[in-house]
Amino acid sequence: MQVQVKLFAFFREGRFIKEDKELPTGTTAGQVVDDLNIDREEVGVLMLNSRHCKFETVLQEGDIYAIFPVIGGG
Amino acid sequence: MADKIFRVNMTNLSTSIEDVPAEWAGHGGRGLTSTIVAAEVPPTCHPLGPNNKLIFAPGLLSGTVAANSGRLSAGAKSPLTGTIKESNSGGTSAQRLAKIGCKALIIEGQPENDSWYSLLLTPDGVTITTEEELIGKGNFAVVETVEKRFSDKIGVLSIGQSGEMQMTAANISVKDPDSHVRSLGRGGLGAVMGSKKIKFIALDAGGGKVEIADMDAFRAANKTFAKALVTHPVSQALATYGSNVLVNIINEAGGLPTKNFTTGQFEGHEQISGETMHDLIVERGGKPKHGCHTGCVIQCSQIYNDLKGNYLTSGFEYESIWAMGADCTIDNLDKIAEMDHIMDDIGIDSIETAVAFGVAMEGGILKFGDADEMIRIMKEDIAKGTALGRVIGNGAASVGRTYGVIRVPVVKNQAIPAYDPRAIKGIGITYATSTQGADHTMGYTIATEILGVGGSADPLSKEGQVELSRNLQIATAAIDSTGMCLFIAFAALDDGACLPALIDMINARYGVALTADDVTNLGMSILKTEHEFNLAAGFTNLDDRLPEFFELEPVAPHNAVWDFTGEEIDTFWDF
Repeated sequence: MQVQVKLFAFFREGRFIKEDKELPTGTTAGQVVDDLNIDREEVGVLMLNSRHCKFETVLQEGDIYAIFPVIGGG
Repeated sequence: MADKIFRVNMTNLSTSIEDVPAEWAGHGGRGLTSTIVAAEVPPTCHPLGPNNKLIFAPGLLSGTVAANSGRLSAGAKSPLTGTIKESNSGGTSAQRLAKIGCKALIIEGQPENDSWYSLLLTPDGVTITTEEELIGKGNFAVVETVEKRFSDKIGVLSIGQSGEMQMTAANISVKDPDSHVRSLGRGGLGAVMGSKKIKFIALDAGGGKVEIADMDAFRAANKTFAKALVTHPVSQALATYGSNVLVNIINEAGGLPTKNFTTGQFEGHEQISGETMHDLIVERGGKPKHGCHTGCVIQCSQIYNDLKGNYLTSGFEYESIWAMGADCTIDNLDKIAEMDHIMDDIGIDSIETAVAFGVAMEGGILKFGDADEMIRIMKEDIAKGTALGRVIGNGAASVGRTYGVIRVPVVKNQAIPAYDPRAIKGIGITYATSTQGADHTMGYTIATEILGVGGSADPLSKEGQVELSRNLQIATAAIDSTGMCLFIAFAALDDGACLPALIDMINARYGVALTADDVTNLGMSILKTEHEFNLAAGFTNLDDRLPEFFELEPVAPHNAVWDFTGEEIDTFWDF
């Protein structure tokens, strides 16, 4: 299945901003994080199609998946 | 040196130094400005008339070495909202005032002639001087000239042309350590200073120092506190990308108000994002991290240079960038930085003014995305006070009324900032119930709803949002009294050592024994004091509502509407 993965802030360093990835059916949000060599501890927010999701969430064909480190502002 | 109240009467040009009344002694910052406004300003007075008072107060810890304690509060009845107002800012003035021994500066009355004045505060008192040279000048010229007249160590509070003309979006500028300016931004306090005919206030602390009751305990607590701040990952991201790191995440969440609040995502988000800003700053030899006051360990500010490597702006914040960017659909960060600089110079709130431009674009006065026309209007109309300049300079609601626009994003006349309340519902409760009109900083539910700091809450659900906003508004009122930057809250929400260390510092500074409950009670009592002032000024629960269009127009991508009932909103005050 195809999923668009987007990275933000320092997660982009040495990786990418946005990439369409071919993933096996049943891939979870957490597995994509692991495959990118991102430490789960550094992850602040995961969003699937503009809604928050968890490491355990199973991705679906056509999803847009965004991975953010711990950030803040205001 | 013991803290005193410095009082200036602009009607008869007299000054006095008074002992601190016992009931004001435990207050600082916002708690003190709001307590004084509630005690001395008639709630029904005209905000620009002789009965309003302009109060400046450093926080309880300002002037000490406590990390991030350099916030200054200013308070009055707001000419924009008609409510009580407290606005706070970094810069060097809070520390200067505290070292002068000034717990609060109260400016009252109004000159009966057309003369302009300046004030000079030293530990010995206040001098009032007639001012001519700087009238009509912008803030950067004021700071430069005042430094030449006194020294580059001098603290400066000043107003630009918009404050002189008493526009209700006018702010008060605060000199920062690099002789640039920060802003007491919201609610039109620059117009109040203009109504008192004061162009600038110079602050000369001489060799003044604040007294610490127990220095050893103070130092130990500060060490713990500073460590909690610097090790929190949010602090580290703020130092790299500034608060503008939020553009992309709020856009991704579908809560980035775009094209005058007609949709929740902006096509040009990447071009105006914190990530892009960081790269441009580094490329052009600017500084990605920079502190707005000595002692800041978070360093969320930055120096943003133009293409030629010359200084363009600093303190380039997410909400300002959002307002000029997504809300006016401008995707050019250099144009946005140029506008930020112009607004700093003429002394006008970059949130209120840019949201007013968004409404003006909808009203057909200029086209969405036309940055050059925005810049022209700022320079030719707002700075010079033409009729159009005054309509925009009086804020978003003023533009909506004048040009017949219905979609006007304000609460109590104050522009709603950078987070759409239909897609991020908790912040809508803060906008509706804040004692000061729409203001994200009053109870920053975004931390929990979007950023996952201090727990989590579903931004599209109403559940738990009133309680979340209430708890944060109470905590914020207390933090705003300490002189602490609100960005300590991220560490405070996550690190159990942070808040106790903050309380230990207050106890060591004053030789008192406050507990966490005392601090919560302080926050509650400040909110109630402010709310009572507003009720006495004629506001009711029916003013605690969002504009109707939020209920009628679903916002993409979630197609969410604002669906809180009035009764649900009103439970906010059940404490």
